[in-house]
Order: sequence, then structure tokens, then C-alpha cells
Amino acid sequence: MTSTSISSLPAIRSYRYWLAAYRRTWRGSISTSVVSPVLYLAAMGVGLGSLVHRSAAIGGVTYLQFIGPGLLAATAMQVGAAESTYAVLGSFKWIRVYHAMAATPLMPIDILIGHLLWIATRIAMASGIYLAVVAAFGGIKSPLALLAWPACLLIGMAFAAPIVAFSSSRETDSGFAALNRFGIVPMFLFSGTFFPISQLPEVLRWIAYATPLWHGVELVRSLCLGHLVAADLGHVAYLATWAAVGVALSVRQYQRKLGV
Amino acid sequence: MTDSQPQSLIHARGLVKKFGEFVAVDGIDFDVAPGEAFGFLGPNGAGKSSTMRMIGCVSPPTAGTLTILGLDPHRDGAAIRGRLGVVPQQDTLDLELTVHENLLIYGRYFGLSKSEASERATELLDFVQLLDRAGDKVEPLSGGMKRRLTIARSLINRPDVLLLDEPTTGLDPQARHVVWDRLFRLKQQGVTLVLTTHYMDEAEQLCDRLVVMDKGTIAAEGSPRELINEYSTRDVVEVRFAVGENEIGADKLFGLAPRIEILPDRVLLYTDDGDECVDAVNDRGVMAVSTLVRRSTLEDVFLRLTGRTLVD
Repeated sequence: MTSTSISSLPAIRSYRYWLAAYRRTWRGSISTSVVSPVLYLAAMGVGLGSLVHRSAAIGGVTYLQFIGPGLLAATAMQVGAAESTYAVLGSFKWIRVYHAMAATPLMPIDILIGHLLWIATRIAMASGIYLAVVAAFGGIKSPLALLAWPACLLIGMAFAAPIVAFSSSRETDSGFAALNRFGIVPMFLFSGTFFPISQLPEVLRWIAYATPLWHGVELVRSLCLGHLVAADLGHVAYLATWAAVGVALSVRQYQRKLGV
Repeated sequence: MTDSQPQSLIHARGLVKKFGEFVAVDGIDFDVAPGEAFGFLGPNGAGKSSTMRMIGCVSPPTAGTLTILGLDPHRDGAAIRGRLGVVPQQDTLDLELTVHENLLIYGRYFGLSKSEASERATELLDFVQLLDRAGDKVEPLSGGMKRRLTIARSLINRPDVLLLDEPTTGLDPQARHVVWDRLFRLKQQGVTLVLTTHYMDEAEQLCDRLVVMDKGTIAAEGSPRELINEYSTRDVVEVRFAVGENEIGADKLFGLAPRIEILPDRVLLYTDDGDECVDAVNDRGVMAVSTLVRRSTLEDVFLRLTGRTLVD
């Protein structure tokens, strides 16, 4: 190697592909990232929120302050999931860019890490914008909210990494609709995003405890409202475990499919 | 042939590739020398692409020995791939990026700096006659242009060996000749070419030496001329009969040539003197729709070795 700078690392070489590919769609993507939180917070935080009392169940804050962090965490999940399905399958099957990369000195793990870095970039972009919009709507009570940004990155990767492993094991896109219908959408609705899970029947409450999103919502809400509790460390550990297991499974898949 | 050939760029002994129970490559031996154009000729499913993927260090051999540029693919895969150029059977271009961007990004996979990759991209686009399309997206390019772009891309790291898996399959005759011309120039520059094809004219045009593959094994090896001399006759007389009369017609030709092949649509007579043979056919008063004399090709070699035609 002629240079040891970061830009010559193999994973950065494959990351650069995603950056170049994004240049053709960034305008639409950025405006979605801005418009979507504005609409949700206006309709649900301000509109619906005017009907919701500052009850103890939602921690004695305004409804906007309750769902702002919830939506933020859920967005990190959705972006992490969305970037890890068709883009991964397509890179194996349709555009075949992984195969183009695999014919060069890049190793399967470089190809994987480059893509994961790109997914992390997208999560950071979308949740950074979302956080700013939540703040603009007055949904934030503490400077600790700045830490909600890396927390969102962790949430996004807790979903993205296992979904990358799943997508890379698929031969067709037939599993993605089910993943969304039975995984992402129910979590979005019932993991404490819009109402506390104390309102759920007991069985469903235990399911909600197991979902990574509930842990993410609790963590981001603590940070945005400025009252951290010991359980937040547990949330971080739980999310990190999902991310780590997902990465480990993905490494195996990529090595099996692209490696020597 | 000795087992150690230090001068060979690619060296394979007893090379096997299995997918589960299916044996795609069944213990083949070959050597590719620097600067030569080496071909794998065979029908679809003969094991050509599996062999190419093993040489390209993207698919591990199941058994046998394989060294490329003196290195072991399992241990030194990345180093070997850094010195190979690969033109895969299926293009892996990004259709929505521009022609130039495709080369630029690919060059950077090899660790080239942006300016170096960009400079080489322009040079290579000139070489494959696509410089005027540099700023266009890949999507609307013709099949031949995409193929040339893939070839340009495969050269961005200035490879020692160029691997071409069916470089002209699916192209029209004119586009094929443009591709052949570029490959021929590369060969003259000293680039070692390894290609697979199921077109005998392509093998004859480009290959110094080739192996005929069938069902995962090598059926014969040599230069196109050697193979024709060994496995076929100088001339071939092709006799066509009216539909449905092939078998009956063939009976009347019995004994006119040392070897006769009956294909579904015509009868082939293998002979060293085609004109004399045609006269003999006419003397027998055979009611043929047409007769023609031609030189033997690799297609005839393949037919002789496997009993089947190359392209069905």
C-alpha cells in the first residue's frame, strides 16, 4: 500500500461506492428526512397531543415530549431496516456490485463493513435531522439529548446488522414484506413509541420488553427528557448485543457467498 | 508434462469443484504460460465458468492444486486478485452511474488514488472507443458497448492476466469483431488472456492454445490447428437433404469418406480431399438439397470428441 491513511482502508474503498451511488438520490432522501418528522410531530405531537393530558403514565410531560423521542428511536429502526434489505439482496443478485468488488483485492469482510458503514451513515443522517426537528418543536428537555444521536445510531445498527444477515441469506425478496408486516410495523406501533407499554395486556407487554425497539425508545426518551436511570445501561447492552450478533452472522454469510 | 512448471502463470493439477454432490469440475490439469492466449472451449455446463471463478480467487477449489502467479489462492487471494483483470460472464456494471464513474470507483477498489484512477479511466475509455460516452450513464449503452466498458474496467489495475468469461456471448457479429480486435491488441501488448467460449470461431481467432472441456473434464488440449489435425480431417463436405430424408440420404453416402456424422439437419463427410468427395457424391446420384466443401473447424473437433455439437 502506498498510503496508510483512512481513505486507503479496504472497507473505505467499498464504502465509497455507496457514497457515489447516493449522489444520484440524495435530494429526495434528505427532503424525506426533513418532511417526515415535521408531519408526524405536527399531526401527532401537536394535534393529537392537544387531547392528551400530562398524565403520570407518560411521565408527566407533554405528549409531544413523550412521542418525540419515541418517533426518533422508531425512525432509527426504520432507516436501519430499510437500508438493509433490497440494497443487500440487490448487491448480490441484481446490480451484483458485491461480485464486482469480490473480484478485486477487497475481502468479503471489507465489502460487508463498507456497506454497514454506509448504513450507519444513513441512520446518522436521518436521526440527526429528526433530532433537530424534535428540538425545534420543543420536544427536548435536556442537553443530554445530544447523546440521543449516537443512541439512535446504536438502535439503527441493532436492526440493520441482523437484517443484513437475513437479506444476504435470501435468494429472492419474498421475505421482506413479511419482515416489515410482522416485525417492523408492529414494533413501530406497540413498543412504547406512541403510548407506554404499561397500557398493554400483560402477555404483549412481555413481548414488547423483548423487542430491541422498546429498549431503544426507553433509552432515547431518558436522554431527551434528561433523567437517566441505571436501566439505560441495560438498554445499551441489549441493543449492542443485537448489533454484535447481527454483524457476526453477516460476516459468516458474506464469507460463505463471496469468499475463497 | 512435468509437474513443476515455474514459468507458468497458472498451474492446475487435479482441480476439482463440487457443489454438494454435483461435480462441476472433475480433476483437470492445465498450465497457462506468460503472454499466451489460453482458452476453455466447451458447451454450457462443461465447467468453464467454475474453473474461471477458481482462477479468479472468488470460489475455493474443492480439491487439487492451483497456483496463480506462483501464489496460493486460499492464502494470497487478495494479492492475486490485485494482479488479475476479470470480465465476468454477466456484466456487473452500475447502470445508473456514468461510464467514467464506473471505472473510477472500480479503480479505487484496488487502492488507486482518485487522480490515478481517473487518468487511467480516460486512457482506457479511449482504448475501448468509449471516450465520447464518458459522461453518459451506462444504462442506455448497447450490449457491445457495455462489454467493452467491462473490458476497460478489468484493465484499470494493469493486470498481468486477463480472465474473460464468454466475452462476446450475446453480441451481434459486428460488436464481436470490435471486442476481438481490442483483445488482440492486448495480447500483442503482452497481456496473458484466459478466456472461455462456446464459439469455435472465437477460440480460433484468439487462442494460441486451448482445452476442450466436456462434463467437467478436459477432452483434448492443443493449438486450434493441432486439434484439428489430430481430431479431424482437412476438409468437410456438408450434404443437406430435404426435411425428413437425412437418414435415408446418409445411407447412400456410405463409404464415401473415412468418417461420416449424421446431424439432425445435415450429413458431414470427413475427408482429406473435399472436391474429390463431392464428385463422388454427385456420381452416386444422391438427391441432395445442397452440398458444400469447407475446412474443418474446432466445431468438428468437438463433435468428434463428444459426439455433440457445441451450440444447440
